[in-house]
Amino acid sequence: MSTTSETGVKLPIYMDNHATTPMDPRVLEEMLPYFTQKFGNSASRNHSFGWEAEQGVEQARERIAKLVGATAKEIIFTSGATESDNLALKGVAEMYKEKGNHIITAVTEHKAILDTCKRLEKYGYRVTYLPVKGDGLVDLEDLKRAIDDKTILVSIMFANNEIGVIQPVEQIGAICRERGVLFHSDATQAVGKVPVDVNQQKIDLMSISAHKMYGPKGVGALYVRRKNPRVQISAMIDGGGHERGMRSGTLAVPNIVGLGKACELAMQEMPEESKRLAALRDRLRGRIEKELDEVYVNGTMEHRLPGNLNMSFAYVEGESLLMGISDIAVSSGSACTSATLEPSYVLKALGTGDDLAHSSIRFGLGRFNTEAEVDYVAAKMAEVVKRLRELSPLYEMAKEGIDLKKVSWAATPEH
Amino acid sequence: MAYSDKVLDHYTHPRNVGSFDKSSSEVGTGLVGAPECGDVMKLQIKVNPATSVIEDAKFKTFGCGSAIASSSLATEWVKGKTVEEALAIKNTDIVRELSLPPVKIHCSVLAEDAIRAAIGDWKKKQASVEKPEQVEAKA
Repeated sequence: MSTTSETGVKLPIYMDNHATTPMDPRVLEEMLPYFTQKFGNSASRNHSFGWEAEQGVEQARERIAKLVGATAKEIIFTSGATESDNLALKGVAEMYKEKGNHIITAVTEHKAILDTCKRLEKYGYRVTYLPVKGDGLVDLEDLKRAIDDKTILVSIMFANNEIGVIQPVEQIGAICRERGVLFHSDATQAVGKVPVDVNQQKIDLMSISAHKMYGPKGVGALYVRRKNPRVQISAMIDGGGHERGMRSGTLAVPNIVGLGKACELAMQEMPEESKRLAALRDRLRGRIEKELDEVYVNGTMEHRLPGNLNMSFAYVEGESLLMGISDIAVSSGSACTSATLEPSYVLKALGTGDDLAHSSIRFGLGRFNTEAEVDYVAAKMAEVVKRLRELSPLYEMAKEGIDLKKVSWAATPEH
Repeated sequence: MAYSDKVLDHYTHPRNVGSFDKSSSEVGTGLVGAPECGDVMKLQIKVNPATSVIEDAKFKTFGCGSAIASSSLATEWVKGKTVEEALAIKNTDIVRELSLPPVKIHCSVLAEDAIRAAIGDWKKKQASVEKPEQVEAKA
């Protein structure tokens, strides 16, 4: 399946690190003993098999806590960030329902948050979905206005998975702390990539995912604050009271060990790595912009994950672009690439027109991407976009000076 | 999502890409779809006024691989057919030929619409540029 390009780049190239990441070999190595040697159930308190498994788990717990500025007791293991999101929202909603029934979130959240909110609305909770500005950021005044005396939770993601935009979490945390409202942040894309400190940023609950930071799939964590304030949540999964009663079930020891190691590596490598990725990302952008006109970056560049680039290529549709760069793995906000035929709701929320949403490509650079790969991708993108623009009636019309926004499109013609 | 070989072929080697002069009386232009939907097809036909045979066809498409393939195939199929024969082309024929999955059937529908729109445009032009010989030929 893999081949090599003329420039010696191994194909296909993986540049979709927001979807998932390859596991770092060091993470895999850390996990291996826990499959066939240290295979005990970490809840087995009475023999060495259990104790050594527990040791692996507790070491992981410490490593995760250290990365985000928390204490080990505040880390709960889950099957992934989706479960953590569910647990945070539903767990708080149920626990604090006497205090209020209002939750605030944003329109650009991941479906794990939005769909959970929809379910809570069915249960009688009120949810406010804050809009975002053109740069992708939440307006803090909107947030302040939205909080009322029934608000029990604000959930705003740290960094967006599509456009990489980083929300002003520290200010959001301050506002919530001042108003006595809990602040949850889905930090799936941020942890391990940018500095996260739950105390400095006044975060009360936080979702973490392993497979977004070179760890295994199927494991994540939920940070639950114990002090100032002490946060309590109702468990969503019952059965034995594991994880301080918040999440029952035998711990996935090897996976957890992997998550821990991934966090340790992230902590060590982050300062260097984020610089390197930002440089690669800027190089990719620069080369593309040099070759092509009418390309637009979606979301602010100023507050953004170092490895993320989301661009729209006017007059060319995203899926046809992906087909043309078949040896490069990226993703698109085009409707044609989604199972439901809906274009990206995140891009829509930015005010990007539907046509540009259909023309968007998300590049996610990661630990294992190289400069040679970036150059290959930039060149390939330019080549395919130019070819598809030759095929595009929209490009033709634009070149003729027609304002596409003024055209009345016939979705069905008259016969 | 795996693409059928035929879709990939049309995508990599699209047939009949380009444009005719829209204002020519021999040319019928169909422009269907909308940018917000992610699909816009422009299909043009050049028709022999005496025989009503489509002698040439060109297309341009903004859309996914299946949309490009559907419109490329449409231009191939209409060439050599009379206008009336071309109207008989159904989207289901396109689906079958390209092995389009259910989620891409709408691309074939748009291609069928594009053919009809182009023919409709050409017919409209003929009606307004009526010459005595043509009226007899049609009757």
